[in-house]
Amino acid sequence: MIIYVLCFVLFLVGLYGVLTKRDLIKIILSLSIMEYSANLFLILFAYKKDAVFAILSKGENPVMVDPLPQALVLTSIVIELGITAMLVALAIRLYQKYNTFDITKIRRLSG
Amino acid sequence: MILPYFIVIPLLAAFLISLISGKKDNWAIILAIISIISLLIISIVGFIHALDNNVVYNLSGWDIPYTICMVMDSFTAFMLIIIHLIALTSLVFSVAYIRHLSRSWKYYSLFLLLIAGMNGVVLTGDIFNLFVFMEIALFSAYALVAYGNRSEEFEASFKYAVMGSISSTLILIGVGITYSAFSTLTLAKIASQVPETNPAVVNWLRCIFVVGFGLKAAIIPFHAWLPDAHSSAPAPISSMLSGVLIKALGVYVIIRLFFSVFGMPVAFGILFKVLGSISILVASFLAINQWDIKRLLAYSSISQIGFIMLAIGIQTPLAVMGAVFHVLNHAIFKGLLFYNAGAVEMYIGTRDLKKMGRISRLMPVTSTTSMIGTLSVSGLPIFNGFFSKLLIILAAIQAGATVSAIIAVAGSVLTLAYFLKFQRYGFLGNEEPQPTGEKISLGMKTAMVTLAILCVLTSILIIPGIKENTLTPVVNDIINQADYIRLVLGG
Repeated sequence: MIIYVLCFVLFLVGLYGVLTKRDLIKIILSLSIMEYSANLFLILFAYKKDAVFAILSKGENPVMVDPLPQALVLTSIVIELGITAMLVALAIRLYQKYNTFDITKIRRLSG
Repeated sequence: MILPYFIVIPLLAAFLISLISGKKDNWAIILAIISIISLLIISIVGFIHALDNNVVYNLSGWDIPYTICMVMDSFTAFMLIIIHLIALTSLVFSVAYIRHLSRSWKYYSLFLLLIAGMNGVVLTGDIFNLFVFMEIALFSAYALVAYGNRSEEFEASFKYAVMGSISSTLILIGVGITYSAFSTLTLAKIASQVPETNPAVVNWLRCIFVVGFGLKAAIIPFHAWLPDAHSSAPAPISSMLSGVLIKALGVYVIIRLFFSVFGMPVAFGILFKVLGSISILVASFLAINQWDIKRLLAYSSISQIGFIMLAIGIQTPLAVMGAVFHVLNHAIFKGLLFYNAGAVEMYIGTRDLKKMGRISRLMPVTSTTSMIGTLSVSGLPIFNGFFSKLLIILAAIQAGATVSAIIAVAGSVLTLAYFLKFQRYGFLGNEEPQPTGEKISLGMKTAMVTLAILCVLTSILIIPGIKENTLTPVVNDIINQADYIRLVLGG
């Protein structure tokens, strides 16, 4: 149980960073932390103590880890790589336009 | 067996464009238009086919628990028709509009990826697959919002991407909890297991998905990204985002999850009614304050999504019909109004209502079609917006939700108020402005006129006789959860 709580704390750390940091790069990093916590969460669901990988299991009723969430996490890692690359590209372009990474100074659009 | 084509054609075309087109965009335009037209035709064929028998396609021929399935019932086909209809006009509009920004094929490639993503979301019967296609659509949306290469666009795109990733993370966590609770990712199988599952878990999941997909649909507490993103994007993309993307990714998925999969208890009905009412009223008041046309239209989108959410919350068949019809109508008139804004921006060179003045004489086609769009978004009779709003209000009264009905009527009046401002200052003002930009080309006019005609023409869907063959099957497919489960799982 404690491990799920820790995973949730990781999520909250990421969310806190996204909501409070002013630096574009720190926002991107916090977003990545948040996404990692989601991935960790999926892996934790599948984890079983003393179990083996599905392909290594032997016998009639082997104790094995559910491989599906791991496949899902692989997909979602790829997606997150894409999102991070996209955000970094945008951050670079924003830096070229405004000469700053500070979001309080990047304010041409309002509410 | 036509289902994979909805994803194969746009994906293939998107990557073929990058291969065959050199520096010019001629081939890209031809290929994009051909693929969208063919998709529109097969989605219409699919809708006619889905009226009698719905289609399920299992990828690679595996059976249900192991495969990713695609499901096409009439609701899906209805959404596909909306997507491709708006996409086709948007492409025709883009040809001239995007050429004045740049002559690159990249726009068309991204555009087709957006279509592929949305088609995937609408067609899929697997919750993780839905997440993946949603990300494909969002990727291209982020890139397209920033396409114009101005600083505000990057800012809006960054904001949109951050908000989009937060909601995607929430949805991914929701998918994880779904899998741990139901041991399956197929929507129909989840739906069949919901009654035996702990209600607390299911309610928790419903909450996560309301927030996750509410962010995509921009219901009011989650709307902050929409006015920036939709007003900064190039006009044809604004109309795609406002007209289709928030519906395919937000409204469609919410309807699918809450009607076909998890079911909607009374408490969530009330939640949707409250969120919808807040969206209608707050977004209308925010829209009245705007002087930038595209921001005004973006806030108006939030308010119209509020109408749809309100109708979903009421849950009766009549209300669902109102919601579905409003999805179609909003796509048409909001697409049209964004084209008008784009045309004005291109010809007059401003989006500020104060600087626009008497445009009606300079741009007769634009101002006439914008008047039709205004009348139909404000819900005046014979235009389509009137009938869908009438259905929603009638359904609210019938279901005894008097407060919702009053809010819907008030929202309708407020809509008229801010669109009168739009017309009064934007098109029928006092001074005649000096046009600085290029003339409006034939393609742009065609797109506007087509949608203006459709604004009137889609009203016939409500006539008894036609209604039974178009809207009623869609509503039946949404409401009958058992049919959806039986369709996918068989038996």
